[in-house]
Amino acid sequence: MKRWFYGLPALFAAGAASAQETPTLSAGDTAWMLTATALVLFMTIPGLALFYGGLVRAKNVLSVLMQCFAITALVTVVWVLYGYSMTFSTTGMEQGVVNLHSFIGAFDKAMFAGMARDALVYAIPESVFATFQLTFAIITVALIVGAIAERMRFSALLLFSLLWVTFVYFPMAHMVWSGNGGLLWDWGVLDFAGGTVVHINAGVAALVACLVLGKRKGFPTTAMPPHNLTYTVIGASMLWVGWFGFNAGSAVAANGSAGMAMLVTQIATAAGALGWMLIEWIVHKKPSVLGLASGAVAGLVAITPASGTAGPGGALVIGFVAGVVCYFAATRLKRALGYDDSLDVFGVHAVGGIIGAVLTGVFADASLGGAGLVEGQTIIGQVWVQIKSVLFTVVYSGVLTYVILKLVSLVVTLRVDSDEETEGLDLALHDERGYNL
Amino acid sequence: MKMIVAIIKPFKLDDVREALSEAGMTGITVTEVKGFGRQKGHTELYRGAEYVVDFLPKVKIEIAVIDERVDAVVDAVRKAANTGRIGDGKIFVYNLDQVVRIRTGEVDGDAL
Repeated sequence: MKRWFYGLPALFAAGAASAQETPTLSAGDTAWMLTATALVLFMTIPGLALFYGGLVRAKNVLSVLMQCFAITALVTVVWVLYGYSMTFSTTGMEQGVVNLHSFIGAFDKAMFAGMARDALVYAIPESVFATFQLTFAIITVALIVGAIAERMRFSALLLFSLLWVTFVYFPMAHMVWSGNGGLLWDWGVLDFAGGTVVHINAGVAALVACLVLGKRKGFPTTAMPPHNLTYTVIGASMLWVGWFGFNAGSAVAANGSAGMAMLVTQIATAAGALGWMLIEWIVHKKPSVLGLASGAVAGLVAITPASGTAGPGGALVIGFVAGVVCYFAATRLKRALGYDDSLDVFGVHAVGGIIGAVLTGVFADASLGGAGLVEGQTIIGQVWVQIKSVLFTVVYSGVLTYVILKLVSLVVTLRVDSDEETEGLDLALHDERGYNL
Repeated sequence: MKMIVAIIKPFKLDDVREALSEAGMTGITVTEVKGFGRQKGHTELYRGAEYVVDFLPKVKIEIAVIDERVDAVVDAVRKAANTGRIGDGKIFVYNLDQVVRIRTGEVDGDAL
């Protein structure tokens, strides 16, 4: 995530993605990263929670809000215990050498061991860096909620989240972002803010999860319209705003890379929103507010891996293509294959993430307005690295998610029973109702 | 005595209430209801999933009157609720056996 704005050959040679090269604290960088961290947390609660909450039926609105909120708390505690260490410990890593620590960090930073109050990562306190990265782990797990909404038992979801963040998210983030010696890092993948780590990872897990759980009772013959699109639009708007923390914050500095990440994020989101709206207008004769908001999210997802390398022109293309293609993924593809991904996590995040990850390799090139590829790398070469990384993520996330769900199902039933599903999860699992009107 | 029940379009409620006041009616009961008739429903579309909504929101008005007022009240409701388009609703008239005013115990004509 950090290599492209620091893209100095010297830094590559120097090795680790840690603080040694910049021993002094930058107040500007720190101020921005404190802000960005708050923005990314705001994406999950309340942004994503409302986006999803509005899309389910009224009887399940609390269950979705609760899942997002509980995941936020759970992942935070896990992050302290061992998550940060498993993700960002560089112990035992060596550039070009594939060993255990190419896949997963050591436990030497468990409980933030040895993290002094004034410890630095780049030019910000390590405490800020750790909290910022935590918010990424939170939203990645929370994204999956959309695929299993309205039918998964709460206890099963918590256990799944614990295992998934441990065995899927932490290793993926480590492989891509921990620096020299990380598997995908060494491949040279460009993933500034989490196309593979966050969106493809969560999107594929979502597809596997909704296939393992099975369709909601009555899908697709019973009407299951969103109960409050107002929430959904508010949530999507919060995601748009919060995403500046996600993408521009991934520069881990208040610099030109962060500035350009902010600009291309705005551009791609707008292009994605218009793309989805237009294609829906053409196909169904009417533009919809849900389409507009969904397109914006598709644009945000797609620009995420490219936000450190693409220029404004690339962002326009990436966003627009994502808006149009995700429309077909969430409508036609889902219908054709018949899976019940309740809120289209696969159609928007996996498909949008793959589009973004591949096009990142194209629009990083300086001739297309990008920040430029590593010396000696060609567009074709970079695109191949991107595709290889996408395939790795799809397989890794897909297989591990399946295994984890099967393990969880040995301990707790994954689904609520049929009566509980009819009654709604709010009353059946929590003895509460979202609305007492 | 008769009970007049009218199903009308919700946005016509104020017009109907005004017309009934002019016709001298002092009390009505209103309920929000759903139903369908010739107007049928409409379709809604969310991310490609099309739903046919059969039941449309309507307002049900109940008015208890003495026999001599029936025609005037039915006429007032019909005129006020009329838009000329399908879906304007219907008026039903039933026989009413007994009316009691709870506060005073007055019955029938005196209670209306």
